[in-house]
Amino acid sequence: MSKDYEDIPGTYVFDADRSREGYHLNMFCISLRIEKNRKKMKDDPESYLDKYPMSEQQKQAVRDRDWNGLLALGGNIYYTSKLAAYDGITFQDLAAKMTGTSREEYRDMMLRGGRPIEGNRFKSEWEKK
Amino acid sequence: MARVSAGVGCSHVPAIGVAMDTGITDQPYWEPVFDGFKFSRKWIKDKKPDVVFLVYNDHCTAFSAECIPTFALGCAAEFQPADEGWGARPVPVVKGHQKLASHIAQSVILDEFDLTIMNAMEVDHGLTVPMSVMFGEVDKQDEWPCLVIPLCVNVVQYPPPTGNRCYQLGKAIRRAIDSYPEDLNVMVFGTGGMSHQLQSERAGLINSQWDKQFLDMMTNDPVAASRISHLEYLRETGSEGIEMVMWLVMRGALDAEVNEVHRHYHVPASNTAVGHIILENKV
Repeated sequence: MSKDYEDIPGTYVFDADRSREGYHLNMFCISLRIEKNRKKMKDDPESYLDKYPMSEQQKQAVRDRDWNGLLALGGNIYYTSKLAAYDGITFQDLAAKMTGTSREEYRDMMLRGGRPIEGNRFKSEWEKK
Repeated sequence: MARVSAGVGCSHVPAIGVAMDTGITDQPYWEPVFDGFKFSRKWIKDKKPDVVFLVYNDHCTAFSAECIPTFALGCAAEFQPADEGWGARPVPVVKGHQKLASHIAQSVILDEFDLTIMNAMEVDHGLTVPMSVMFGEVDKQDEWPCLVIPLCVNVVQYPPPTGNRCYQLGKAIRRAIDSYPEDLNVMVFGTGGMSHQLQSERAGLINSQWDKQFLDMMTNDPVAASRISHLEYLRETGSEGIEMVMWLVMRGALDAEVNEVHRHYHVPASNTAVGHIILENKV
């Protein structure tokens, strides 16, 4: 299948290839939706992680809370946000982390009307920067 | 006979639910978001829907990566608000209209739309936030003022159904409701959007001009809106802006010509552009 959406900058479109790669990572993340699993994770994060047959790279990205890395390794934002919620991070603060700005800078950008579309449609526009 | 009286489009940002649940809706950040629903709450109280057919998406809550139905129709007697990782919202259980739901399922499946039937399903903020913004604060111990039939659409794993498919499904749902013998006032909600991207370095993208054109199209030219490509949604409105295909199910269930009775647009609520529209069928 051709992927006409791959030239959008700063974006991982969660397609079947990413879903396949990220399956166990995403299943780990969604498990944290349940209170008793959150408790198990808190008690012993390493053995909880071991229950999910993720790649070592994926496990390391979980340990590092490498939010963009998790997406690059097949995570989907609605799953990884469950890990963020487990950490007590709001969706807006998670977004700030992924864009590499402080929560205040990010919040201010949103209050000013958000990230503009101009200059943010194509990867080629980012390469020029 | 059952009839579709109106359609409502609105965003379903989780932070809007949190703002209502924690009683901070009059703070300067939130006031302009909620001001746009003052009319709507009065309007819906006057119009008294018996049933809301609510089109939304699950955010990896009821459905894990194990099972990703493109269209899943809630046919259960009731739907519990889900714990999405920070505790369930303190809102009432959502009660379904089982007979109408199974009538719609049978009708649209024979109309060649192959739905998944859900006889047990938790519902997340995608469904409960639109209920809250339209009906206001309702205590967990009380009841929502109407029954709800949830239609859950996959917009998480690419590709979601096309805008045209959603629009055509809306038309099939309308045929189903029109052929149901009980005298019911049914409204259709299409939720999600508007422009927003929650992930990676482009997070925070907002495209107000595009959103406003989409609202115009909802009223005046739904066929044009139904032809918007997935690539255009992704590029122009952010990776999560593609949720707007769900508004087309709502629009498909309305008459070709409608009266726009209310519109509201505000940036931001958390990471998202809040859009809201009320469209009535001409009597």
